Amino acid sequence: MDIHEYQAKKILSDFGVTIPRGGIVYSPENAENKAREIGGSRWVVKAQIHSGARGKAGGIIVCDSPLEVAQATDKLLGKKLVTNQTGPEGKIVNRIYIEEATDIERELYLGLVFDRSSESIMVVASTEGGMSVEEISKEKPESIIRSKIEVAVGMQSFQARELAFGLGIESDLIRRASETIIGCYKAFSELDATMVEVNPLVISKQKQILALDCKMSFDNNAMFRRNQVSELRDKTQEDSKEVFASDRGLNYVSLDGNIGNIINGAGLAMASMDMIKLAGGSPANFLDVGGGATPEKIVKAFKLVTMDEKVKVILVNIFAGINRCDWVAEGIVEALKKIEVNVPLVIRLAGTNVEKGNQILKESKINYIEANTLEDAANKAVAALKK
Amino acid sequence: MTVLIDKNSKIIIQGFTGKMGSFHADEMIKYGSNVVGGVTPGKGGSMHLNLPVFNTVKDAVSETGADASILFVPPAFAADSAMEAADAGIKTCVAIVDGIPSHDMIRIKRYMRRYTKSSKMTLVGPNCAGIISPGKSMLGIMPGHIYKEGRIGIISRSGTLGYEAAQQLKNLNIGVSTSVGIGGDPINGSSFRDIIEKFETDDETDAILMIGEIGGPQEVAAGEFAKENMKKPVIAYIAGLTAPKGRVMGHAGAIVSAYGESAIEKVEILKECGITISKNPSVMGDTVKSVLEKM
Repeated sequence: MDIHEYQAKKILSDFGVTIPRGGIVYSPENAENKAREIGGSRWVVKAQIHSGARGKAGGIIVCDSPLEVAQATDKLLGKKLVTNQTGPEGKIVNRIYIEEATDIERELYLGLVFDRSSESIMVVASTEGGMSVEEISKEKPESIIRSKIEVAVGMQSFQARELAFGLGIESDLIRRASETIIGCYKAFSELDATMVEVNPLVISKQKQILALDCKMSFDNNAMFRRNQVSELRDKTQEDSKEVFASDRGLNYVSLDGNIGNIINGAGLAMASMDMIKLAGGSPANFLDVGGGATPEKIVKAFKLVTMDEKVKVILVNIFAGINRCDWVAEGIVEALKKIEVNVPLVIRLAGTNVEKGNQILKESKINYIEANTLEDAANKAVAALKK
Repeated sequence: MTVLIDKNSKIIIQGFTGKMGSFHADEMIKYGSNVVGGVTPGKGGSMHLNLPVFNTVKDAVSETGADASILFVPPAFAADSAMEAADAGIKTCVAIVDGIPSHDMIRIKRYMRRYTKSSKMTLVGPNCAGIISPGKSMLGIMPGHIYKEGRIGIISRSGTLGYEAAQQLKNLNIGVSTSVGIGGDPINGSSFRDIIEKFETDDETDAILMIGEIGGPQEVAAGEFAKENMKKPVIAYIAGLTAPKGRVMGHAGAIVSAYGESAIEKVEILKECGITISKNPSVMGDTVKSVLEKM
């Protein structure tokens, strides 16, 4: 789960990280007042969307008067911002963050992620703040410093100090820099985060260490014990079909193609998508209804896939184990009584009681194309598209 | 011997009296697994499915001599249950449960560092289908009848894709020595490398089919291990050629976030390690067959 910049900043500031003064607004009038309240003579108006690279997309505007702040807010609110991370459809701006401008002396990079090889938390830092971490590792790999943290004892002061010295931070600021790094680590480990990124982490001309932009992501599996974090979810930033799916216990990812998929199991779903591609087609979605493929889930899955206007063929691929094919077939027949499907439907059942399952489908008089193997199913789906 | 479990494995069910635990315990018993009891804290002393229920794993182990366990407890309590099993002297523990926080998985693995290699429990999963040694024992939730007895070892992150492979092999009259589902989470108990090493020394296994997917370093680590240390042939399929970068594909661990984690990159690296690639998921069985014919 991702959250907005301003939410991440609030969290990090609770863990002792200094952030510029700022506040969230929802209207231009609001923005003007907020700028006066913050004070100073320069402000940054920042569109809050779940994406990086907002600056290049015009989502960050520097202003010299409260009136300009109001105008910039007016310009951004309600707009769809397209960045290199949002896809062509962009993301809607519903919230604006107004922040005092910072006089920047140095820009640094600080990131924390899980390292799956060592199964620990990895802190990554670089003197080249402001660029994305991908750009840094491509263009300035020598600037990157890493520190592996033993989660059982947490981050030690010396580890934070080593990073701070490694970034060339002057002696007077080492203590504050270490506290900042440890604050980020604590936020990561105490809130079940999967990523914390402060980019840039800046040293201001006034010798303050500030988190100028930050991103945080969290482990969906841990949200049951993180109510305060899960409340920060902003569904307007997610694909509407993906929200519909996740609210109903389905794993769904929207893709660009036109063959809709309904499959049980994540691995089998990915494999079926691969087969579609090899057969010359393109999947419209990834959809895992869960190993069990219960009739309720099948109904929801059909509802979801038929919502997608791109879909020209639907491919159902279920490997039934304990949940037998006959039971799954009955689920499909029931689903098709409730949901109208106006595109060709290819169904491949496999596993326990497959003959019985196929017989139920045949006798039900539903309009479908039967397939036997994964390959057969993909080929038939692509062929149906061409007709 | 077979990998991790055999006919003599004494199995207990953690979360025995719950709906999932009861259902799958019954399936395992019907398959012929030697289930000796279960654990549900607070229900110790009672009987369930004609088997004794214990309050703690320690009690269950001392009364029944259990050496294997399977977890059917909710995600919030799974880490605690896995550590309890490790501490009670269980040798092989399968965590079926989907939804354990990554921070909890790391905690379990750190906790288990207190044991020496010989006394350390093997944790398989979470978010997996479990282990089956066809004809001998099933410690999982798979449909047992699709596995034919034989000499191929299967390791898979995905449950249903592992079933697909077993079925393809069966249709070609090829059997399985043991199939291990290592699960779809980013941090898991046993990696491909951990299990592939066990298959290499197993005298009932001739070749290994490894079913991987996008995300994480484990397929590549297994490939590098195989290149240096293995004599038995390894066949691999990697799912997710069409998966977009940076998106989670169902399994929490199926996300491409670094070089070497996409399906194409993994396939290239595995080929360099001398592993035979099944070019698509429909020919996993055929690819194993062609490798066996060359042996």
